[in-house]
Amino acid sequence: MTKISLTVDGSKVSDDVEPRMLLVQYLRERLGKTGTVIGCDTSNCGACTVHLDGTSVKSCNVLAVQADGSEVTTIEGLAAADGTLHPVQEAFRECHGLQCGFCTPGMIMQSVDLLKENPSPSEEEIRLGLEGNLCRCTGYHNIVRAVQHAAGQGATTGAVQA
Amino acid sequence: MIPAAFDYLAPSTVEEALRALAEHGDEAKLMAGGQSLLPVLRMRLNAPELVIDLGRIDSLRGVRDDGDAVVVGAMTQHSVVGSDPLVAQHAALVSKAIEHLADAQVRHRGTFGGALAHADPAGDLGAPVLALGAELVVAGPGGTRTVPAQEFFVDLFETAIGDDEVLVEVRIPKHTGWGARYEKFVRVAHQWPIVAVAAAVRTEGGTIAEARIGLTNMGSTPLRAHAVEAALVGRPATEDGVREAAALAAEGANPPSDLNGDADYRRHLATVLTRRAVLAAAQG
Repeated sequence: MTKISLTVDGSKVSDDVEPRMLLVQYLRERLGKTGTVIGCDTSNCGACTVHLDGTSVKSCNVLAVQADGSEVTTIEGLAAADGTLHPVQEAFRECHGLQCGFCTPGMIMQSVDLLKENPSPSEEEIRLGLEGNLCRCTGYHNIVRAVQHAAGQGATTGAVQA
Repeated sequence: MIPAAFDYLAPSTVEEALRALAEHGDEAKLMAGGQSLLPVLRMRLNAPELVIDLGRIDSLRGVRDDGDAVVVGAMTQHSVVGSDPLVAQHAALVSKAIEHLADAQVRHRGTFGGALAHADPAGDLGAPVLALGAELVVAGPGGTRTVPAQEFFVDLFETAIGDDEVLVEVRIPKHTGWGARYEKFVRVAHQWPIVAVAAAVRTEGGTIAEARIGLTNMGSTPLRAHAVEAALVGRPATEDGVREAAALAAEGANPPSDLNGDADYRRHLATVLTRRAVLAAAQG
């Protein structure tokens, strides 16, 4: 067992974990943060995307021990404390940027990262920026529209806690 | 899927990492960004007893100017190298290749040295590093040694790094003012290339003065297309000027056959992509 201490969605947590435990397992199984989902389990689909120290990562491809001392933001930490959605979350709702919704947490987390890097991306830049996120429903058009909508609203800030 | 159980060490210096390697030998596996290693462990294709995480060694991170070379620390993440102004100015071929490497999330975690040490023949960094004549600096129990890129890649997933050594940095000779292009052919998004061509070209008044060409996935290691490089010198930087030289791209290559294409298809692809890459590099 290895002791880890990190900040997740603004709260400090500390746990003994097996070194082989993946960050996504830690978030879901230890912290109950099931908003972050496991899609492909092969680091292809991006459904498990979270922010680690301010940049997007696939949490199925990071060990919990590697996140020791870091700050993690999940989809559950994006909205304001009073429940006001993050502008990117709002844009996905506004533009119906989802079909079954399974890829949505990862799509939103990657979109927030993308807009932080590039506040007014072209359609091609959005598609390239989201290439590590797969939508099994193939509902990409509205996802891209949602990111464009969010960009138009000036949704260039990171997570609320950041 | 969850990896088999392993012990974990996260040394904070290269010396500590080397001591751990010396002590545990074959049972240990070094982890850089983990973007290739963790999938392998999760699929249980490998089950080391000890994982030595290099992620806490700050001295292995960063890009610096060292006279006639740009030096990239082995643990510098792809996203950092890809957006570094020194790399863009003096080793643009590397920046161009990183744009096409995996996806944004993987580029945030994956490292320059980790990808090179992994030595996947379909990896995107081997060809540009080889083409630019980089040197790889490796630390071991007896100090550091420098390995030229052409000796670094030994075989499929095999490099000149010894079992008791750690890759610490990569010295890339400056190619200031050279045009660069990485032409990557993929079937679906964010995948390894079926074939890719890394081209750096120096032109003088519309004529190609020097060219450096690297090939990805055209054999068990990245390859230099020496025949193309020689044939390009003195040619005009036009479609017709480049076509004949590019046709030599697969000379001496031994590409694999797989579901994405057989060896002949890859040989053809290499000539087409070389033509495109050289033209774009010369005109860029």
